[in-house]
Amino acid sequence: MTVPAVEAVDVWRTYELDGVSVSALRGVSLTIDQGEYVAVIGPSGSGKSTLMHLLGGLDRPSGGRLVIGGRDVTTLTAPELATLRNETIGFVFQAFHLLARTSAVDNVALPLVYRGVGARQRRERAAAMLGRVGLGHRLHHRPNQLSGGEQQRVAIARALVTVPAVLLADEPTGNLDSATGEAVLELLEQLNAESGVALVMVTHDQEVAARARRRIAVRDGLIRSDSAHDRPPSDGSGVPATLDPAPSAEPRSVSGSGPGHPPGGSGGAAGATGRLPRPGERPRAEQRLPRSGGDAG
Amino acid sequence: MRLAEAWRVAWDALRANRLRSVLTMLGVIIGVASVVILVAIGTGTKQQVEQQVEGLGSNLLLVVPGRIEVGNAPVVSPLDLSDADAVSRVVGDPGRVAVTVASGATARAGNRSDFTTVQGVLETTPSVFTRSLSRGRYLTGADVDTSRRVAVLGDSVARALFPDRDPLGQQVTLAGVRFRVIGVFAPLGQSLGVDRDDEVHVPVTAAQRLWGTQRIDGIAVKAPDRERIDELGERIVAELSRRHPDTEFSAVTQRQILGVLGDILGVLTGVLAAIAGISLLVGGVGVSNIMLVSVRERTREIGLRKAVGARPRDIGVQFLLEAVLLTSVGGLTGMALGVGTALLVDALSPIPAAITWWSLALAFGVSAAVGIVFGVVPAQRAGRLDPVVALRAE
Repeated sequence: MTVPAVEAVDVWRTYELDGVSVSALRGVSLTIDQGEYVAVIGPSGSGKSTLMHLLGGLDRPSGGRLVIGGRDVTTLTAPELATLRNETIGFVFQAFHLLARTSAVDNVALPLVYRGVGARQRRERAAAMLGRVGLGHRLHHRPNQLSGGEQQRVAIARALVTVPAVLLADEPTGNLDSATGEAVLELLEQLNAESGVALVMVTHDQEVAARARRRIAVRDGLIRSDSAHDRPPSDGSGVPATLDPAPSAEPRSVSGSGPGHPPGGSGGAAGATGRLPRPGERPRAEQRLPRSGGDAG
Repeated sequence: MRLAEAWRVAWDALRANRLRSVLTMLGVIIGVASVVILVAIGTGTKQQVEQQVEGLGSNLLLVVPGRIEVGNAPVVSPLDLSDADAVSRVVGDPGRVAVTVASGATARAGNRSDFTTVQGVLETTPSVFTRSLSRGRYLTGADVDTSRRVAVLGDSVARALFPDRDPLGQQVTLAGVRFRVIGVFAPLGQSLGVDRDDEVHVPVTAAQRLWGTQRIDGIAVKAPDRERIDELGERIVAELSRRHPDTEFSAVTQRQILGVLGDILGVLTGVLAAIAGISLLVGGVGVSNIMLVSVRERTREIGLRKAVGARPRDIGVQFLLEAVLLTSVGGLTGMALGVGTALLVDALSPIPAAITWWSLALAFGVSAAVGIVFGVVPAQRAGRLDPVVALRAE
């Protein structure tokens, strides 16, 4: 068994609104392993966005334990949490969130800026990543010169350029027409299968959710069903999965993401090969996160 | 994030809103340029006055009744020419002693007239003060002894009364009495806006007769050596006080005059610079305001940057650099504008202006500091934004 990418145990998130406590999450437990493909579904107000923010290290739980990439989020300072996001998480948003005046390649390179990678190497890795998502011919276009689908591909490249353990996609097809959305989903699934990055997709679209190998239904701040524990998948009326935070015995790691790959290799080479580097090949020698491969293999 | 990278991001952000950046900078530009210009004019005026005071002559000692202090009312002089003789005996050389009795008077020549200052003086004046003639001759001892009605005109007076004629040998009427022009001074220029060529010298005896008086206003002495000038001054004051026990006398040196004038001009320059500094402060408030707008406008960008790994400090530094860049570029532009304007003023107007390095360094330092001071609050606000909230911003 590898170290889980994300592990949540009885996680609460409570907001204070005008002196009234509102709990968006009320004790959620779940584990996401390396290379999983998970859909989080639920109506608006169900807490699925809050859950995604927590899984991505954008927010901290009010209670419970949340471990991302082997690090307990509650013990981290804001700068440490930022570094953890940079190293472990890739975000894809419904609204793309690209920097408007910045070329595609520099948008993709942005996370590497905060990692202290030099300009030339940043661009090389960003360009390679853009090639990977099929935009090798659009490196120097600005977002307003790209179609919606292309913009989301740029965002996906940006999310993956740091070789994260988890790719969090929040309604990634919400702003796209169905054909373009289908292509983006296929790209995400392909990258998930090839690179071993865990794909966690938040959606309210049942059709989109149905494609995932694991589906987690959230309602009223609780996990109502988790196909990993509740097979065959129920329609949300099952026992809350929070009672069983242990990972399923089912092997969820897709081929190619398994342990045993030799660590090392330079950062530039990883992107330049045109193949997504696997977690075990993370280029940073000072990598502190005991995640996959090397440790557990 | 590396600092060089942060500078580039800040620069790009400013360029993206070019008009807004320039307008924001304008406040700083005007402030810095005002400081540079006003300090340059103050410094230039001070330097000019110093030159002129030193150009009066060397080792000068001016003896006048009353105290020389700012705000003291002038005292009616009890001095007459016998006091000048007494001072000459103290000094030991009548050639080093000059006197003056001055009054405003209208000078006429033909149908032209000019209101000017008529100075009754001794023939020693050009050697005590540094004065030179452009034409003719100066007064002689015989002119003074015989109260001869001869006059030496200042350059401005000569031009006013005799614009197209040689004034030598011509008649001028001073306070209704005719004098013959025997010489014209070489021009001296202006001092603190006063035309130093607007004067007429006549023998002190003739002037006293003109105004029906025996008194003189003051005595000037050219001390034989610089080291003993203060001691000489004390001896002269003692002698005059003995002769006029009811009156206090002062003997001042050029150094003392320079000190007093320097203090006055220094305060003046400081006040002007402070007023200009207020406009720099207002410019800083403008920068702060625009940075707050910028943070609000770019909330989503901040959220995104945080999501991909920017630490609070990275964001704070980015916005702080943006503010500093605004004020520094504004400061440099303001410096260039100020220096250019000061040089133009110096070249094209009678107002002197002198650029000093310290004023440039101060102006730039203050403008950069304004960027830091007024950029801190917006930068902190940006750095502390909650990424979840920031990403949701419209």
